[in-house]
Amino acid sequence: MTKEIAIAITMAAAAIGPAMAIGWIASSAMNAIGRNPESAGKVQGNMILGLAFAEAIAIYALVVALVMKFV
Amino acid sequence: MEILLNAEQVGHIGSFVITNTLVASTIVVLFLIVVALIVYRTKYDLKSPFYNFVEMLIEGFMSVIEGIVGRGKMAKQIFAVIVTFFLFVIFNNWFGIFPGIGSIGFYEPKVNEPVAVEQVLSPTAENQAEIQPPAKLSQTGETGTKPEEMVFVPLLRSANSDLNMTLAIALISVFFIQMIAIKNIGWKNYLQKFFNFTNPILFFVGLLEIISEIVKIFSFSFRLFGNIFAGDVLLIVMFALVPYLAPIPFMGIEMFAGFIQALIFSMLTLVFIKTSVAHGEH
Repeated sequence: MTKEIAIAITMAAAAIGPAMAIGWIASSAMNAIGRNPESAGKVQGNMILGLAFAEAIAIYALVVALVMKFV
Repeated sequence: MEILLNAEQVGHIGSFVITNTLVASTIVVLFLIVVALIVYRTKYDLKSPFYNFVEMLIEGFMSVIEGIVGRGKMAKQIFAVIVTFFLFVIFNNWFGIFPGIGSIGFYEPKVNEPVAVEQVLSPTAENQAEIQPPAKLSQTGETGTKPEEMVFVPLLRSANSDLNMTLAIALISVFFIQMIAIKNIGWKNYLQKFFNFTNPILFFVGLLEIISEIVKIFSFSFRLFGNIFAGDVLLIVMFALVPYLAPIPFMGIEMFAGFIQALIFSMLTLVFIKTSVAHGEH
């Protein structure tokens, strides 16, 4: 039981930061596209890269959680 | 519902263990080779729709790479490896969500060679403590042949849900980045980035650069592994909860995630190559 709660807390705590980061990145990208619609393609590519970096942090925690669950 | 973090063994050649992820990735490689041979046979045949489609894709890849590293010799140098990463990762990811990938397999006694091989490979105290008890159980089970002692082994499994696979391509990617950097800016500039004794600040920056190169390997491999394995677990859980219709949107999400992860893997390699080459110029 303690293990399950630990896993849940690991994932929940680790989701906060990346969630905020992803929201921030997407909102900034939308702002940029709104100001300068011609740059949409360039902004989109960089946005996906930024999202990947932010998401990766949650994925590290996910790997830790999965290892705790299944190993 | 049983989810294993490491790939299951489906057979072995001598002491070489064949896992189900190895079988899946071999199928994907054979598929890509067949496609390449078909394209090679219809070379420059402008009436062939398939050849034109592939040419369009290749030109698209080339324009993306040239858009990041600029036109010239380096774009041609790195083109093959970057596109290979993309195609290999995306077809492995998509192959993993085919119906029947995790469900077609066979039953085998709970403990036989796979665990014995694992014991040889990682003879830590923890593993042996975990593995020893079932080994005794199975010996009694083999004589009695109880159905509870059987364990399901899927024949195929998405190759990127095995950390060995993602670690391997991450290592290839990071070594490739170093090679291209050495080739384009020379040994002297390359080493100067890591070992700079002209002033203490640059010396510590060099140490940080070394750490960042090592971290790249882990971030590459864990990102891909985590995404694909989590996707597999998500699909398994969804199929267990609601077997009909409900998992379909999640399969769509997994197809999209597989594409994005392949794009990110190749794009990050490309961006790291660009930054590592640009470092020596100023």
